[in-house]
Amino acid sequence: MNSPRPPVVVARQLTKYFGEKRVVDGLCFDIRQGEFVGILGPNGAGKTTTLRMLVGNTPPGSGELSVLGYAIPVEGRTMRARIGVVPQQDNLDIDFTVVENLRIYGGYFGLAERALKVRIPWLLELAALTDKAHARIGQLSGGMKRRLSIARALINEPELLVLDEPTTGLDPQVRHNIWNMLRQLQNEGLTIILTTHYMEEAERLCGRIILMDRGRILADSSPQVLIRDHIEPHVLEVHGANAENWRRSLVRLEGQRCERVGESIFHYGDDLETLVRSLDSWEGVHYVYRRANLEDVFLKLTGRDLHDA
Amino acid sequence: MLEAARRWKSVWRRNAWVWRKGARTALLGGFVEPLFNLLILGFGLGSYVGRVAGLPYLDFLAGGILATSAMNAATFEGLYLAYTRMAVLKTWDGMLAAPLSLADVVMGEVLWMGTKSLIAAGLILTVLAGFGLASGWAALAVLPLAFLAGVCFGSMALVVTSFARSYDFFVYYITLGITPMVLLSGVFFPSDALPPAVRVGSECLPLFHVVALIRPLLAGGLDLALLGHVAVLLAFAVSMILLAIWRLECRLTQ
Ligand SMILES: Nc1ncnc2c1ncn2[C@@H]1O[C@H](COP(=O)(O)OP(=O)(O)OP(=O)(O)O)[C@@H](O)[C@H]1O
Ligand SMILES: [Mg+2]
Repeated sequence: MNSPRPPVVVARQLTKYFGEKRVVDGLCFDIRQGEFVGILGPNGAGKTTTLRMLVGNTPPGSGELSVLGYAIPVEGRTMRARIGVVPQQDNLDIDFTVVENLRIYGGYFGLAERALKVRIPWLLELAALTDKAHARIGQLSGGMKRRLSIARALINEPELLVLDEPTTGLDPQVRHNIWNMLRQLQNEGLTIILTTHYMEEAERLCGRIILMDRGRILADSSPQVLIRDHIEPHVLEVHGANAENWRRSLVRLEGQRCERVGESIFHYGDDLETLVRSLDSWEGVHYVYRRANLEDVFLKLTGRDLHDA
Repeated sequence: MLEAARRWKSVWRRNAWVWRKGARTALLGGFVEPLFNLLILGFGLGSYVGRVAGLPYLDFLAGGILATSAMNAATFEGLYLAYTRMAVLKTWDGMLAAPLSLADVVMGEVLWMGTKSLIAAGLILTVLAGFGLASGWAALAVLPLAFLAGVCFGSMALVVTSFARSYDFFVYYITLGITPMVLLSGVFFPSDALPPAVRVGSECLPLFHVVALIRPLLAGGLDLALLGHVAVLLAFAVSMILLAIWRLECRLTQ
């Protein structure tokens, strides 16, 4: 099953220590041209650290890494001329207007003013910021800043776009906005790697999910395959004042799995109709009966305790 | 090398652009304070002291004030403004996501700090010339030296910034480093007046060499013996730049 597309990222036994702590632990993966890959994992899983290694901003402790055929970190600077990076925390230049930000950033890539004159209006259009062209950064909303960060990362027509939590802290509408932007870019052939804590986002956008925890890869495949392989098809989610009493009233049922996360009780199984019906006679419980999704896989594979706390 | 210079310039250009936006206030602050010092101390003290080291006191002081202003311009940029770009606004992170290395960022920054010193020196030189305190074409040589001084003090400030966890930290450097250096480097009085042991120490201070260069040049004297001071400053600049790159690499790319 050799894909004809060339690999954009090749990571072998990628490892990183901070002091004694192994933050990234033996990652192996290939990312091919045109893929849209989501890296998921709890806080502190090592996502940002992995991306920082990938773009050559911090050297791996050990292992091999190449991006677009360049050895990283040795050829990191040269490689970065061909990728775009959107950081977890916006670092737009607040002393400048929107257009000036793009011009300054183009300068870092050594792009000629003449090329920028053509490129910048196109980017403003893409990010729906044309009427904000001469606004200062302080006058932009969070969503606009984020879109500008993405536009800025595209200034050099990159072959690979790396985004660290591009939609964290944004309202749902802005999120849809950014999803559209990213989908459009993927359709134009861009390879995209992003990290996110929003399962819905990953499920919608990403053709492939790399699920990480404590610096290791727990699973690596498409969202559909992850759901099929790792979780029962149906979920019953119950919460409310009486939820615990309801659960205690149950007789042990075969072919089911029951878990608690915080104040919610999750039942997983092929067919939970009987259980759902048992809830009819209870007051003070709320429930959702639904198909299993990526979030269920995430919770199952990463364990339920808050281990970054 | 050309390619590297292009990268440094892109960083330099960003800072220059920000500066231009606020230039009017920056220019005012840049020469009002040194001018006050010069006139008040020069005329006030000067009326008591008379001639110092063969010069009228005002003339003597002019070189010291110009050197100190050049130093201050780069120091302020390398401490407060560079820290803001590094730790608060994360401007450098943005640069490092582009095809620039940390060495490129440091070089662009340091060249900009040299430029700030050059601007400060240029302003003061203009005023000095107006007062007849800078005579002859030799005085123009002050400008490239101010640039070199800015590179020295800017890179030294960046080394300090690489250790900083907040703005408060800089107070130590200013009170324990910069202020004593000004007092010991022959800015206000010739360093011959210092006890011999202290005097030898003061010759290790970069500001001493800047003052030693600028004062005779303002008086119009070009002298090959001055090249020794230039060599010291060049060596100092190169080592501080390397140290700043190494320190910031430890801090930012771990
Ligand atoms: N510069 C650093 N020095 C020391 N430890 C660090 C450093 N950067 C990250 N860590 C630690 O490494 C671990 C992984 O951090 P990382 O930022 O990669 O996680 P993440 O998956 O991106 O988390 P989040 O979802 O919260 O962004 C964390 O335990 C973090 O505390
Ligand atoms: Mg992160």
